[in-house]
Amino acid sequence: MIPHPETRRVLTPFILPTVVLLPLLAGGLYFVWPLVPGGVQRVLISLVAVIAFAAGNAAYLVWLERKVCAHIQRRIGPKEVGPFGLIQPVVDGIKLMSKQLLIPKGVDKPLFMVAPLLVLVPAIMSFVTIPFSEDLVARNINVGLLMIFAFASVNVLGLLLGGWGSNNKYAVIAAARAVSQNVAYEIPMLITVITMVMVTHTLNLNEIVIQQDGSFWNWYLFRFSASPLMPVAFLIFFICSLAETNRAPFDLGEAESELVAGFHTEYSGMGFGVFFMGEYANIVIGSSLAVILFLGGWQSPVSFLADGFWWFLLKMYFLIFCVMWIRWTYPRTTLWGLLNLSWKVLIPLSLINLLLTSFMVKVWPLLMGAS
Amino acid sequence: MSDFALSQTKETFVLNLGPQHPATHGVLRVKLEMDGEYIVHAEPILGYIHRMHEKMGENRTWAQFMPNTARLDYLGALSYNHGYALAVERAASIEVPERAEYIRVITVELNRIASHLLWFGAYVLDLGGMTPIFYAFDDREQILNLLESVTGARLTFCYFRFGGVYNDIDDSFIAGSREFIKRLRKQMPDYHNLVTKNIIMIKRLKDIGPISPEMVRKYGATGPVMRGSGINYDVRKNEPYSVYPEFDFDIPVYDECDSMARYMVRMDEIEQSMRIIEQALDKLPEGPVMTEKVPKNLKPPKGDYYSAVEAARGVFGCRVVSDGTNTAYRLKLRSPTFSNLSLFGEACQGMLLADALAFMGSLDLVIPEIDR
Amino acid sequence: MIAKIKQQMSEITSAKITETEYAAKGYHLDVEVPADQVVTAAEILDAEKFYLEAVTGVDWMGAKAAELAAKKAAAAKAALDAAKKAAAEAEGEEKPETVAAPVAESVEEVEEDLEEEMEVVYDYNHAEELCRVVVRCRVPRLSPELPTISEVFPGANWHERETHDFFGIKFIGHPDLSPLLLPEDADFHPLLKDFSA
Repeated sequence: MIPHPETRRVLTPFILPTVVLLPLLAGGLYFVWPLVPGGVQRVLISLVAVIAFAAGNAAYLVWLERKVCAHIQRRIGPKEVGPFGLIQPVVDGIKLMSKQLLIPKGVDKPLFMVAPLLVLVPAIMSFVTIPFSEDLVARNINVGLLMIFAFASVNVLGLLLGGWGSNNKYAVIAAARAVSQNVAYEIPMLITVITMVMVTHTLNLNEIVIQQDGSFWNWYLFRFSASPLMPVAFLIFFICSLAETNRAPFDLGEAESELVAGFHTEYSGMGFGVFFMGEYANIVIGSSLAVILFLGGWQSPVSFLADGFWWFLLKMYFLIFCVMWIRWTYPRTTLWGLLNLSWKVLIPLSLINLLLTSFMVKVWPLLMGAS
Repeated sequence: MSDFALSQTKETFVLNLGPQHPATHGVLRVKLEMDGEYIVHAEPILGYIHRMHEKMGENRTWAQFMPNTARLDYLGALSYNHGYALAVERAASIEVPERAEYIRVITVELNRIASHLLWFGAYVLDLGGMTPIFYAFDDREQILNLLESVTGARLTFCYFRFGGVYNDIDDSFIAGSREFIKRLRKQMPDYHNLVTKNIIMIKRLKDIGPISPEMVRKYGATGPVMRGSGINYDVRKNEPYSVYPEFDFDIPVYDECDSMARYMVRMDEIEQSMRIIEQALDKLPEGPVMTEKVPKNLKPPKGDYYSAVEAARGVFGCRVVSDGTNTAYRLKLRSPTFSNLSLFGEACQGMLLADALAFMGSLDLVIPEIDR
Repeated sequence: MIAKIKQQMSEITSAKITETEYAAKGYHLDVEVPADQVVTAAEILDAEKFYLEAVTGVDWMGAKAAELAAKKAAAAKAALDAAKKAAAEAEGEEKPETVAAPVAESVEEVEEDLEEEMEVVYDYNHAEELCRVVVRCRVPRLSPELPTISEVFPGANWHERETHDFFGIKFIGHPDLSPLLLPEDADFHPLLKDFSA
């Protein structure tokens, strides 16, 4: 895409805010944060920050995805709008917003309209409890982990309603697929999380990270004293988060060679845009959780480097990169292959892990203590 | 799409796959009767880009029809040039100089590789892997550049003439072809490592879309579909034409009858085509590329003549009926995918939607060739 | 193989069998059978593991029909001219159809005494041994009917449908002769020699 010089001229002012101001803002927020008093102000500011973070990430992850996939495919990717195509997401956003929101004949209007929100809003809500660093957390809730999973399970409702309300056969098939997929993958994911809770003794995300203090061998990924299957648990968690967010190779709900565009076939403009943002916000949440549970959150991997939110972001974006890498390398599985993987491989594996961990954590100390 | 055609007795619904659908690679429509994700009945509906090439053949001179042949199978156009040229040459008893035959073989095989590469990319795309098509297109681009330098076209070639070819190849073409083969030889292991050995790929192709040899015969399916079902038939070997008997090459045959077998046949055919091109480049004789005796206003003697070639997708047959004038009395174009697709309805009964698309991709459909 | 098929085919009554020179024609055996014997011929070839490559038609419209086609075209043109003329004269008040009617009648009269033929051609091939067999069948042009071989070769289904599209040849017993390549409401047959668009 080669924009008109005029377009370029108009867009140039956007370069500064996106490239310079946003990181500055983020950094500023980090230092100002401890000074912000508790109460209403703090809630309001964190709300704005969380929404901005989610929206900004959704926009720039699209850019990143396009760049990553382009380089995997021997292409360059967006490069015309702004340096390295950095303004591309802004332009895309303007385009999506200026498009007509088409509501096809015969759709179930309330369901059709509420579905994209049901995907996006829970994802944004989940950000509230994610600790970017020890202080940089909107609301440090004691049941943070539980809250995130409570919100995450709303996601599937959005897909189902969107597909069902569209009055389109492709969308309905996609919705049915999405539901069976989400149900199947929530089980191994939750079993793995239960295992983790058994090890950590808490649902507070901050505390989970604090427990992984020190160098990288203290991360739960390598906590073999809790369970020798920890890396496997991480893998299960990662695969499940791929499936939960409908990412390739598990993107059956939007398998374009079978179902055209899946559950969002009938969506246009921002209806589609909100679905898209929701998808990326969910990826960020999934990767953040993996970082918090297994990779030590904001903790530095080696003790002589300072801890901080940059470590959290680094690990999170690395996982997101892996997600993209997988998407552009693998073909899509079938629904049967997907369900088989969940019911026949992941669930038994996570159950074994659960048993092993409960033995190691609860029974083994008892035996040791008795002797 | 607005209503759900649920009948009273059966819990099925009709799903229209196409005419515009990402997986049909053109304007093909398949009317699917679905029971959930299972296909109860499938009926391909053709003719969206029917152009009546056969009538055009009756309305223009023999030579004027040559460009039409490239518009049938636009991915393997040179094979169709070849098939038509062979039929008319047989009718008019025109001899082709040896150098021209070699050039024909080289260009046709290059075109076959290009066609298979495109199929390879598009097939993985059908299965949801978006990256290989860019690599395959990159390689195919090299072939198109080569062919453009000698034929003047990149897709709808009209390169062959009755009694030879239109343009001689030069040293840069020969060097370029050798370079390309070297390049593709390096690429093929990558394709096999990344795609053929990919576990998801194997799971999606193994045992999907089984076509028994008997079914292949009954439906007259040819090409990789036939060879993927264990029937060793290739016009280049079984009914040698041009200078194919002079080359040493194998016909890949797989007995598994599934989509993987058809995939493997095509991948192996790329290797075999490279072998043929190398040998042809080595043996390339000197001499003219065009017979001088061919009259401008060709009038083949009365009678009917048949000629078949192995195109990228199977047997392309050309039946020519001449009444001794400068236009064809009747021109029948037997296209391979027409027969290959005709078994789709029977073969995909009871299949899952995703598997049916994996199966359809393995047939390698080119719609203009089916619709003609 | 050629001799074997030749021998078996000769058992069909009134079959004309010619062994052709492969290099010149592109096939080995040319078998002409009456319309009611195409299925028998197909069964013989099926038993010998032949596969069906294509089915097609040829319209052998003779001089008489060509004359008729020319007449028809002329009549159509005349009707069109007359209609134009009438329209110009009446300035759109009179309907042009009244002028065209008598010309069309005279064409139909000629059609009665035509005795032209159409040919259906079946191309068979063998996968193991090089042996191409062409089975032909002549049917009268005005009532082109012959039995379907789609029971023997399911692949013939589409080929016969296509032949019906292009020539209007009816294959009796065919499961579905609705247009395959032509539009679904097509009532014309473009490969007939007297067809003009």
